Amino acid sequence: MNPNQLLGKRGTTDSHPMEGFLRMDRMPHIWCSTCGLGTCLTAFIAAAQESAIPREDIVVVSGIGCTGRAAGYLKYDSFHTTHGRALPYATGLKVASPRLKVCVISGDGDLVSIGGNHLIHAARRNMDMTVICVNNFNYAMTGGQAAPSTPQGASATTAPYGAFERPFNFPFLVDSCGATYVARWTALHVRQLTIAIKEALLHRGFSFIEVISPCPTVYGRRNRLGSGLDLMKFYHDHSITKNFASTRECDIKFQQDIIVGKFVQRDEPTFLDAMDAQMKKTLGAKFVPYVGPMDPARDMTESSHDSDRVPKPK
Amino acid sequence: MSKPKRGPVLTGAHYLDGDHACAEGAIAAGCRFIAGYPITPSTEVAERLAERFPRIGGTFIQMEDELASIAAVLGAAWGGARAMTVTSGPGFSLMVENIGLGVMTETPCVVVNVQRGGPSTGLPTLTGQQDMMQARWGSHGDYEIIALSPSSPQECFDLTVTAFNLSEKYRVPVMFMMDECVGHMTEKVVIPEADTIEVWPRRWYRGPKDKYLPYAPEKDGVPLMIRAGDDHRVHVTGLTHDQRGYPIINADTQRVCVSRLVDKIRNNLDDLMIVKEEQVEGADVVVVAYGISARVATKAITDARKQGIRVGFLRLITVWPFPEKRIRELAGKVKSLVMPEINMGQMFREMERAANGQCKSLLVPHCGGWVHDPNDILKAILEGAR
Repeated sequence: MNPNQLLGKRGTTDSHPMEGFLRMDRMPHIWCSTCGLGTCLTAFIAAAQESAIPREDIVVVSGIGCTGRAAGYLKYDSFHTTHGRALPYATGLKVASPRLKVCVISGDGDLVSIGGNHLIHAARRNMDMTVICVNNFNYAMTGGQAAPSTPQGASATTAPYGAFERPFNFPFLVDSCGATYVARWTALHVRQLTIAIKEALLHRGFSFIEVISPCPTVYGRRNRLGSGLDLMKFYHDHSITKNFASTRECDIKFQQDIIVGKFVQRDEPTFLDAMDAQMKKTLGAKFVPYVGPMDPARDMTESSHDSDRVPKPK
Repeated sequence: MSKPKRGPVLTGAHYLDGDHACAEGAIAAGCRFIAGYPITPSTEVAERLAERFPRIGGTFIQMEDELASIAAVLGAAWGGARAMTVTSGPGFSLMVENIGLGVMTETPCVVVNVQRGGPSTGLPTLTGQQDMMQARWGSHGDYEIIALSPSSPQECFDLTVTAFNLSEKYRVPVMFMMDECVGHMTEKVVIPEADTIEVWPRRWYRGPKDKYLPYAPEKDGVPLMIRAGDDHRVHVTGLTHDQRGYPIINADTQRVCVSRLVDKIRNNLDDLMIVKEEQVEGADVVVVAYGISARVATKAITDARKQGIRVGFLRLITVWPFPEKRIRELAGKVKSLVMPEINMGQMFREMERAANGQCKSLLVPHCGGWVHDPNDILKAILEGAR
């Protein structure tokens, strides 16, 4: 399907062209009107299709929070895990079943605050997965508390006098830890975001995309930034595209210009590549690579090495 | 010592400590994925698997912490691997939230806890049995869990296989509650031929993909499982969910969801219960013990019998669910039940509750750091016989 088809014929069709990729029996979703998450899902679905990766090979893992619900709306094999642990869960999935293209879609609080340790280690390992971090500058689902992304000076329910902690610069953080694809776009940059997700899906290694997303209900209202439309207008006027900008310079300050673009793209051995190479180097012919998951069709109870002697179940 | 056969299962007689025997048990059970974080006194299990797996087609990953380890294990299990993690008390504390996710999403896996003395950092290198209640109730919410407790390296091997089998059969994380003494005790371990080791397959769903309901129970209350990536488009969530796996947040769905999680264990107690009994018929006193304490109790029981006391012995292997029915039966026949454990009374409370006042219940507590003096257990037996 090409992007033009995805647009559909507005106003003339009974169904949305992406319905097949969404759990329509779960609609309406819980996200607020003009939230950026709908755009993220649209971009994700379009990118997944354009990537031509077989649909069954893509699995989606989410943590907790507004963005954490993404896994539940996407009609893929999808996992809604505990707060902060989407990345290690995804790591287990990927290592156990290396064929899978594991995508983590989660929020800034989930991935960078409670899950920060997992983020830096997944990046360090260059674990082959795509991470879409939807940054709305606060903890939205619990009512607009401060996050490690809240800009200094912005107000949040747990920062009623204005946030004063230094926020993380996500691209710089993951870049410095070893991520091999890093990009940032806003929810207004639909085409760029779709291309970035497609590139990330086709990238071999740890790919990280920060999506700056409007949160009109708690962040926008509390900071008197207007409606969702006003927030998008701000992105329109204040986004500066700088591909391959130094991630060091990508800090986000309250209501100032946001540098967007593709910042990093490089080839490095992934976790599994590095493991295989090291084992081969050390063990030589004695190295028996992991054979992949158990196979329901073969009723395997052990790895294939001795599967011809599998006892019958009780 | 026989020469080990080729292949993953290390058939033959070996001189192994409990931790290494547990690792070999995992291999024999078909475990090919382990995620862990080093912590004394459990590390040898992970170390042995890190060494063994690349030679037999398994993957070991040392995660950044225990929260990551158990999360990776759950992910791996849904990826189709038989998976395990290994830890000790402080690490186990970090794992309990995701053990709850494992229960809620009915994810088969094994969590090995080689217990040391606590609370907090406590006694890293010395023994304890102080996580027994944490194994049962550590995670939030209402659930049933399975936990086994080995008393010897041989059992570390045998029961690790059983732990995997039960986790697959009931689709629940199984706690493997070792203690430092059993983990570091070195004894002869006989590993049978691979084809004589009973390994239960995962309960795979093989019907039409679009008809799959991830949480529709079979007759025994346990649903069938699929692998991620096989295009069933399954949704797995820790939220209260219906048979489709969709989150539905209301009291009715919670009732159906949680009662089945509880009932699939409670309705199969006879199948799950493993205890070893010795001379309990006609006994005045029965000693109830598990893990290393059961080994120490043996000495006290022998001494008591020499003094003419009729002492029976009930060794708990399945510790959760607690063998309540059997304890209640015995309590109606004996003068007293005696339980030594290396804590200030955890399983003892369960035993006392099960005895329901029918007989005396005597605790022989120990704060941890070493095993009981058998004489303390003997004293309790003598008191119980009066």
